[in-house]
Amino acid sequence: MNKILLIVEREFLTRVKKKSFIIMTILTPILFAALMVVPAILVTIEDKKERQIAVIDNAGIFEGKINETEHLKFTFLKDVKKDDIKETFFESNYYAVLYIGSMVATSPDAVVLYSEKQPSIDITSHIASAIKKEIESQKLLSYDIENLAEILNNIKTSIKVRTIKWTKGGEAKESSTELAMAMAYILSFLVYMLIFLFGAQVMRGVIEEKSSRIVEVIVSSVKPFELMMGKILGIASVSLVQIILWIVLTFGLVSLAGLLFLSHSSSPEAGKEAITSMMVQQGAAQVMPVNIADDNFANEMMTALSDVDFVYIIGWFIFFFLGGYLLYAAMFAAVGSAVDSEADTQQLLVPITIPLVLALVVMFSGLRSPDGAILFWFSMIPFTSPIVMIARLPYGVPPWELALSATLLVVSFVCMTWVASKIYRTGILLYGKKHTWSEMWKWIKYSN
Amino acid sequence: MNILTASNIEKRFTNHLALDDVSISVPEGSIYGLLGPNGAGKTTLLRIINQITGPDKGEVIYRGRPMKADDIYGIGYLPEERGLYKKMKVGEHAIYLARLKGLSKSEALKRLKFWFEKMEIIDWWDKKIEELSKGMAQKIQFVVTVIHNPKLLIFDEPFSGFDPINANLIKNEILELKRNGATIIFSTHNMGSVEDMCDHISLINKAKNILSGPIDSIRKEYGSNVFELVFKGDIESVKTRLDENYELVSHNYESGLVKAQIKVNQFSNDNRLLKMVLPAVEVVGFNRLMPSMNDIFIHVVNEYNKSYDLKS
Repeated sequence: MNKILLIVEREFLTRVKKKSFIIMTILTPILFAALMVVPAILVTIEDKKERQIAVIDNAGIFEGKINETEHLKFTFLKDVKKDDIKETFFESNYYAVLYIGSMVATSPDAVVLYSEKQPSIDITSHIASAIKKEIESQKLLSYDIENLAEILNNIKTSIKVRTIKWTKGGEAKESSTELAMAMAYILSFLVYMLIFLFGAQVMRGVIEEKSSRIVEVIVSSVKPFELMMGKILGIASVSLVQIILWIVLTFGLVSLAGLLFLSHSSSPEAGKEAITSMMVQQGAAQVMPVNIADDNFANEMMTALSDVDFVYIIGWFIFFFLGGYLLYAAMFAAVGSAVDSEADTQQLLVPITIPLVLALVVMFSGLRSPDGAILFWFSMIPFTSPIVMIARLPYGVPPWELALSATLLVVSFVCMTWVASKIYRTGILLYGKKHTWSEMWKWIKYSN
Repeated sequence: MNILTASNIEKRFTNHLALDDVSISVPEGSIYGLLGPNGAGKTTLLRIINQITGPDKGEVIYRGRPMKADDIYGIGYLPEERGLYKKMKVGEHAIYLARLKGLSKSEALKRLKFWFEKMEIIDWWDKKIEELSKGMAQKIQFVVTVIHNPKLLIFDEPFSGFDPINANLIKNEILELKRNGATIIFSTHNMGSVEDMCDHISLINKAKNILSGPIDSIRKEYGSNVFELVFKGDIESVKTRLDENYELVSHNYESGLVKAQIKVNQFSNDNRLLKMVLPAVEVVGFNRLMPSMNDIFIHVVNEYNKSYDLKS
């Protein structure tokens, strides 16, 4: 046991002292933070620009009926033809020209927006809803109904489906399907990437020891199993330190950026909130077609986000990453022991890559029903559970399923480590030949 | 008393038999040479003794009882395939390896300083391994092999990668270790070092131990009863005095002297030969020609391979 600690210590210190580790640890959060903050900043800059839109209203009924907003102003031009303005458009300050044909009430494509740049969906939907509303009310008016305004007010209804999760303890939590989906994608993709990143480090470490011929010097004083375990655990501790630093630094940077760029008030909380709401909107907008201009939606997300139990999510995230890492790291170590250089690993890596990619594919396609049979079974199989279970987690998973999945993962990584160590101890001492899985299978059956 | 006995060791890999019923007995305090062509199974045998791999059959007895995992702390092993972590610093690396052998950090530091001074490599302490030449790295390997004062030392090809000066330095260190009571097993192709250093040898060929024993008796056994007579005078006068028990194999002249190689058959002896030639010439030197280990090695291996080929 002492020996393993000694090896862990060396693996940890040599890696942490490397320049590449320090650079990765600092750059990755900057990149993450930039990905979150920069689009948010861009959006706020964009939004502040005031846009003038010239309106040629041939129907003659819309003046003053299209609501102006902070950023959108409408100027109604009288007695101007479409072709006249086309000539002067580029010298004018107009962002766009809105042409409303006289037959707008009967032909839906009578409204045209001319502009130099592609106008955003916010602008077109704003205009469309204003015109639609006006035409509808004009049509209603034409029926000469008494007390029309009152009736209209009376029938106005708004429906919004809020989702609230009940817990056994009697609490009610505001939830959001969109948010859960965004988190599921991000978390499971992270687990996938991290397993590959650190698993490959184990493999490279084993190949380095083999190709530099240090391995026999070491195994003359420690058992091959101890050497392998020391390396796996050493890199695990490196990964934990790196992930925790990433989380802390990213949160720190994001709130700092919020404070500097986005908040007009002096409280850091406000800045962070502004960014988080932007982030969530963007994340969700990529996941499903929702109207991101909807303020209600952003608020909903904010409430849902503040109700997420981050300690619970991050805790299980780290558990499933570590479990998956330990399971795959042993296989990576076995592959590393069977080759002389990294160039030879391609073929041997296939059995490792397939379940990981499969897990990701299943997760993407199965997330519509997170409690469905497919995701349930894949979140139990240890080779795919780290990725699939973490994706189900934001939707809520019954404790017994979590416990079963976690137990299966632990049991299987213990078994896998045992099997891999048998391949490893034979492989590390054989030079000059590329070995196949079928040969490695035979090594498992060798006596010590 | 034997410090280590390996008896009837058999080890099979996927496609071939690496060791076939090999036994060796290493007397305490001796230097034991393990000879054999490349791929004969020497390294596999050394790995089994060091518990890096286990035998399929047979057992290793260490100090009178079956070897245990802990016995490794009493053994220093310098493998043939030896390297170091390129990115680590010399001192830090040496301390790491010494601690893996069970030394505490402070004890490791103390002993390493002593050995680094002795081998004149203390200036390299803060250098990176990748800056060292092959010979320099070998010296560090040697130091960490002996750092825990093992009673049994196992060197696989200890002289490969050394220039003659450093090879000699290592040779003297090995002899000093023997004087201090250590037992040494080493495998080598360097027959000169075998004659100079070894007390016992085993010759491994094609997975079998084909020749074993104290080096002196082996050389005697393979001696061809050829004597070299160095004298002043005429070769013909010697020739005429030899009877049917003696045969002049060859002769040559060197700085005014004659060197004659004379074969003596089993019915006679060297004393009689001397008596016969003494009246005729002035004898300057007379000695039995011993076959070199190199000759024995080539002879025995070739003979064995011939009969091996006949059998199969």
